[in-house]
Amino acid sequence: MIRLNTRGRAVKDAAQEAELFRRRAIAGFLIIAASLMVLLGRYAYLQVGRHEEFTTRSEQNRIRLRPLAPSRGLLYDRNGKLLAENVPQYRLEITPQHVGNVESALKRLGEVVALSDEDLERFREQYQPRRPFVGIPLRLQLSEEEVARFAVERYRFPGVEVVPYLTRHYPYGEAFAHVLGYVGRVDAADRERMDPERHGWVTQIGKSGIERRYESDLIGSAGYEEVEADVSGRALRVLRRVAPVPGRHLYLSLDADLQTAAIQAFGGQPGSAVAIDPRNGEVLAFVSMPSFDPNLFVNGISRRDYTALLNGKDQPLFNRALSGAFAPGSTVKPFVALAGLEAGIREPDDTVFSTGDFHLDGTNQVYRDWKKGGHGRVDLTNALAESVNTYFYKLAVDLGIERLSSALAGYGFGRATGIDLSGEALGVLPSREWKLATRAKAWYQGETVLAGIGQGYWVVTPLQLSHAMATLANGGVPHQPHLLIATQDGYNAVRTAAAAIAPGSTLITDPSHFEAVRRGMVAVVNAPNGTARRIAVGAPYVIAGKSGTAQRYSRDAREEYDEANVPEALQHRALFVCFAPAEAPRIAVAVVVDRGISGSRSAAPIARQILDAWLNRPVP
Amino acid sequence: MNALNGNELVRRGRALLARHLINPGLDLQLLVALLLLSATGLTVLYSASGGNLTLVGNQALRLALGFAAMLVLARVPPNVFRIWTPWFYGGTLLLLVIVIELGEGRGANRWLDLKFVRFQPSELAKIALPMMVAWFLSRRVLPPDWRTLAMAGFWIVIPALLIAKQPDLGTALLVAASGVFVVFLAGLAWWRIGLIVGVAAAIAPFAWEHLHEYQRNRLRMFIDPEADPLGNGWNIIQAKIAVGSGGVFGKGILESTQSRLDFLPEHTTDFIFAVFSEEFGLVGVSLVVLLYLFIVARGLMIAVNARDTYQRLLAGSISMTLFVYVVVNGGMVSGLLPVVGVPMPLISYGGTSAVSLLVAFGVLMSIHAHRRLAG
Repeated sequence: MIRLNTRGRAVKDAAQEAELFRRRAIAGFLIIAASLMVLLGRYAYLQVGRHEEFTTRSEQNRIRLRPLAPSRGLLYDRNGKLLAENVPQYRLEITPQHVGNVESALKRLGEVVALSDEDLERFREQYQPRRPFVGIPLRLQLSEEEVARFAVERYRFPGVEVVPYLTRHYPYGEAFAHVLGYVGRVDAADRERMDPERHGWVTQIGKSGIERRYESDLIGSAGYEEVEADVSGRALRVLRRVAPVPGRHLYLSLDADLQTAAIQAFGGQPGSAVAIDPRNGEVLAFVSMPSFDPNLFVNGISRRDYTALLNGKDQPLFNRALSGAFAPGSTVKPFVALAGLEAGIREPDDTVFSTGDFHLDGTNQVYRDWKKGGHGRVDLTNALAESVNTYFYKLAVDLGIERLSSALAGYGFGRATGIDLSGEALGVLPSREWKLATRAKAWYQGETVLAGIGQGYWVVTPLQLSHAMATLANGGVPHQPHLLIATQDGYNAVRTAAAAIAPGSTLITDPSHFEAVRRGMVAVVNAPNGTARRIAVGAPYVIAGKSGTAQRYSRDAREEYDEANVPEALQHRALFVCFAPAEAPRIAVAVVVDRGISGSRSAAPIARQILDAWLNRPVP
Repeated sequence: MNALNGNELVRRGRALLARHLINPGLDLQLLVALLLLSATGLTVLYSASGGNLTLVGNQALRLALGFAAMLVLARVPPNVFRIWTPWFYGGTLLLLVIVIELGEGRGANRWLDLKFVRFQPSELAKIALPMMVAWFLSRRVLPPDWRTLAMAGFWIVIPALLIAKQPDLGTALLVAASGVFVVFLAGLAWWRIGLIVGVAAAIAPFAWEHLHEYQRNRLRMFIDPEADPLGNGWNIIQAKIAVGSGGVFGKGILESTQSRLDFLPEHTTDFIFAVFSEEFGLVGVSLVVLLYLFIVARGLMIAVNARDTYQRLLAGSISMTLFVYVVVNGGMVSGLLPVVGVPMPLISYGGTSAVSLLVAFGVLMSIHAHRRLAG
């Protein structure tokens, strides 16, 4: 109700206004009280109803799991010499979640620490936008100066940390590169074969050789640290720690001194050598020349270095001992001789007359001896000593390809030896079945003739040759070649011998057959007419060996290096296989020189030096 | 008239001084409540700033300044405020225009640098606007009719728009709210209020078109903060985590990990109440909210007992506006309302808003001191 004045206009009524205000003040207060109760209700809902959820999320905010990388297992040689170790290094790691604009941070970081295009490219490859909380290594192997420089600028880079880590180092460098292999940065392909729970944090992984083969032993398993971290990911204090389980140390059958001696013996020539203890199949030396420095790969090889290796002279990255495949030539003759004896079609004293030419009945094809005019009448010993082709042409024909190839198959030709390395070439053991399967053609007898002297379809690897020689030296009992001899869980732990591999059953039924072949091989080195008689000089033990020389021919692109610069005389592949001491063999060796004069001249002296390095030291 | 002798003069002077000392014109209950709140604020600030005593000292100094201003203003008769209201309002408008032209501040023109002091004219508007609307309405017949309402609306909208243009949407809303409360307390009929709210709701979609992108983002984030957990939603999520993890009794003072580890942005200013909630839990939150409610209630009682309509409306508006701060900030921190830059009164770090708030309460105290005598 509004009061009007005399002119009909409303007048103010103080009492009424006061009353109106009082009512409004009460209404206002009630509204306010109700609103504040709603607000309190909201807090009660968050602080009581959803308390647990938010406590968890607060903890998740606060607490970060930091994986603790276990140290990778070390590699030792048979005498406990360190072949692969771990050395401390620093790397730069980015946790994208806390960086904000990653690209601009990278740009600014580049002003503090040198970043190559490759570093950036690798970082982007590993960047997983869905897991921004995972730290990604950006630069490895920071120098001390770079670490110090970054420390000063640290505040500008939330989410970027310098992280200490252990990196692999191979103290012998090139010497063991082809057998130990190397570790490298984890790439996408590696991720697929890793257990993300256990190894998701791993930055280095075995890429080849022993490092790859025994990855699961070497890698260990991750521990972690619960750290309290601030919003920029900086760790403030450690709340809990579960120690990592370090990787297993591996003891290998290799002998560092023998390996070094073997490499020296090559004097820089391209080639390969494998030495095996015939009594148990332990690989003592494993050489492929030229080699490369595996340390280059550990923290990611630069493109320039890699290109240099790829295009390097004589292909340093190519593992000749494991994958180099070529015709064995005369080095198969002891095995062929043995096959003849075992088949009962030859006695050691049976002789063959060598005229220099050999004809198959009913063909015009001539097969020659290496000596013009032939060797005259030779028995088994002389046939081996002088490497008389005619003897073995005839023997091969008499045996026939079936018996020949089945006998030689026992020595491991034409298949993987089963050594604990991957990438083995299989080689070719000539046989009717093989030819039918691969060439879809019938077998000709002329091919049997060639097979008898390790030519024709024959392809072997140095490892196969060495393994076959070791089997022969062991009286025909094959031991699978292997490198791992023992494992050890941490320092001072007891060494556990690697699981023994049962030897195969003997390939030689009559020990006198082995005696006869051994006599022939001893004659190769020790008889006045032996092809490799030069290397016996001054040897305090008796060597049994066999040389081989094969014409080089381009079987595949790998062999196409610049032949024009190679003297005519050196265009042969020189081979030598041997074991010693002849009466109780402790080592079997196969040596291949890619560009040599002949097996006895180029490869045998290297074999002698390897034998010396092993046998001229006190027997343990 | 007898000439006063010297003794009489001294006696009267002493009596005056004594009266002022005993009763400095302050409402003791309100004063205690404000002091309690300030002490709470300084404590949380100490914790939220990671024990930064410089920061706490700064804030304490400004609070002291604010309380001193309150003491002085309490002695000024409300009529003085009333007489100067149109001038004060006009001056504030002028400064608001100037600050848009010349002001400085991060991303927004809020600060005016007068060489000897830097301040935000929008803080002046917080008191000038309710004064102006109260002054205007106290001269009109109440409850207001449409014409009066339109005029009052005009006085409200002009400074609100100027502040929104800075752009400072939060302060603009608060300033407008203080004017709206005056109109509400003046007795605007409920049916008129209903009609206005209805029309406002109908034209809201058009207002959306005129918001800045960052303001829209805040509103969008408010609807679904978890949609962009590392971007715009971060503040809300981290604040909710802080509040929720506090539980009933809180983690204890200096134990806010969300603040200590920097997960919570602006943890000394707009989001300080999240730190408080984390450390003191629902118990602490309830006590503080009740303290605010008490202050509002006390302020409204002072208003009811005020001498005239101008004082009533002004005192009522000052009291109710405090509640808006609390609800908007408390709602923002707990994810109930969008993120707008409104401090928690007397708890958030920031001198200007604390001083302007205490100045407003100084006016309230003056109204209390010159209240209608009982009866």
